Amino acid sequence: MAAIKDGEDPQVGEMAKRHRLSTRLWHWTNALTIFIMLMSGLTIFNAHPRLYWGSYGANQDPAWLQIDNEGERGYLQIGDWQITTTGVLGSWTNSEGERSTRAFPSWATLPGYYSLSIGRLWHLFFAWVLVLAGLFYWIWSFANRHVQRDLSPETKELKPRHLWHDIKEHAKLRFPTGAAALNYNILQKLSYLFVLFLLLPTIVLTGLTMSPSMDVAWPWLLDLFGGRQSARSIHFICAFLMVGFIIVHLAMVVLAGPYNEIRSMITGRFRIPEKREEQQPATVKEETA
Amino acid sequence: MALEINRRKLIAGLGGGLLVSGCDSWSRSESVQRILHSSESLTKVAQRGILGDTALAREFTLADLSPIHRANGNTTADTPEYRAMLANGFANYRLQIGGLVERPLGISLDQLRSMPSRTQITRHDCVEGWSAIGQWTGTPLSHVLDLARLRDGANYIVFHCADSFSDTPYYESMDLSDAYHPQTILAYGMNGGPLPERHGAPIRVRNERQLGYKHAKFVMRVEAVASLDTVYGGKGGYWEDDHNYAWYAGI
Repeated sequence: MAAIKDGEDPQVGEMAKRHRLSTRLWHWTNALTIFIMLMSGLTIFNAHPRLYWGSYGANQDPAWLQIDNEGERGYLQIGDWQITTTGVLGSWTNSEGERSTRAFPSWATLPGYYSLSIGRLWHLFFAWVLVLAGLFYWIWSFANRHVQRDLSPETKELKPRHLWHDIKEHAKLRFPTGAAALNYNILQKLSYLFVLFLLLPTIVLTGLTMSPSMDVAWPWLLDLFGGRQSARSIHFICAFLMVGFIIVHLAMVVLAGPYNEIRSMITGRFRIPEKREEQQPATVKEETA
Repeated sequence: MALEINRRKLIAGLGGGLLVSGCDSWSRSESVQRILHSSESLTKVAQRGILGDTALAREFTLADLSPIHRANGNTTADTPEYRAMLANGFANYRLQIGGLVERPLGISLDQLRSMPSRTQITRHDCVEGWSAIGQWTGTPLSHVLDLARLRDGANYIVFHCADSFSDTPYYESMDLSDAYHPQTILAYGMNGGPLPERHGAPIRVRNERQLGYKHAKFVMRVEAVASLDTVYGGKGGYWEDDHNYAWYAGI
């Protein structure tokens, strides 16, 4: 990204440098790490598939979310709202045909068999990978101005008219073409900034709030999130926001041309996509300059 | 299009093969488990580094108590000796303090109650994810260890318990940083009354900086040792020996 020489835009069909090595390394480290964290996290959740608000919460206390079963019927309950989830949550059969009443099914958990201790081994090992690689990437991306240059929105991009235009274009699945495709558009910038500076830090800090030792060292964590069980709930919600991000992210990669997109994240080089036949709106043209 | 299919195969291969079937055999592999376990010492060093030895776990008020404090693990010790002790109110119970100490002790419950005591309302965090707040009263472990006088070379305190999981006796251990932490107590009281059976009567350890399985219940004997290698399975606790749980349960 942004390795383009000033003044001269690469032409359609040309190969251009798109992603830095640090971005590519972090991306693939994270792709693996996030999947391990999500799946081992579900194993840990399965040990107690109930969520609470406040400092404490156990089986006799009211849960705002729970996955449970009544006989053969599995269900998810959020507040007073309940939905039958037999086959997926709370009551399902594994690939060997054995029935289980664990919350999340074996295809979603790491390991696929139930073991809280092994799930914790994966989770707490890769938590270090997530945090150390993330911190390194943070510092590196400020130092090489990736954040300031490529990710921080320009004032004109934040104007409601521009935002609305980009939202409409995305909804019509019309993505930037030509040299504009080399730069992040405003929706990309906002979602990457959200993940990088809000979602990931919240996931890490709520994870640390669940640690009794960290609560001794940094008691402000408890005040920040409203108690250990609130932190556990927020951790879970953030994990699913991350799943949402991944789904949208993968959908966008597929829609924008998966071969070119994936190649650019592996080799860093990107072929400039052809412009669409129809006239581009003038506002967009200006920004490519 | 050929590239498209390759990409799908690649993702399916990575996603399906590696992450699902691969990780299960990896999860069962002892060498993989050893690698994953290696972050435990990193976690311990990092947490202890910012913790120090004296910072206290948050204490709550009576208004914050869990209405029902869940009891987990064993809720009784199923031996004739324990049942007999329970029946006569632990009148003949003697907490044995031994191992690497100058002066081995046998302390009755009344003697323990007459020693300096500490009452704390703290949050109990189970490794499963739930938490409960309870009020605990007991003798600081440091007081008892000072009475028995630890010998040089004593590095860990081991708690031998009356309960067991299918004939494997429960035990737990802590290092001296936890043993001498001001909130580490031998609790004989809970929520204003005597410690109930299901919470580990007559004595349960409170180790407020770590998860619930480190708070051994039904404690019969306290042993100071140089190394955990020679105690039972060598990993410092029942769950550590038999079920791959971390000895350092600060997270």
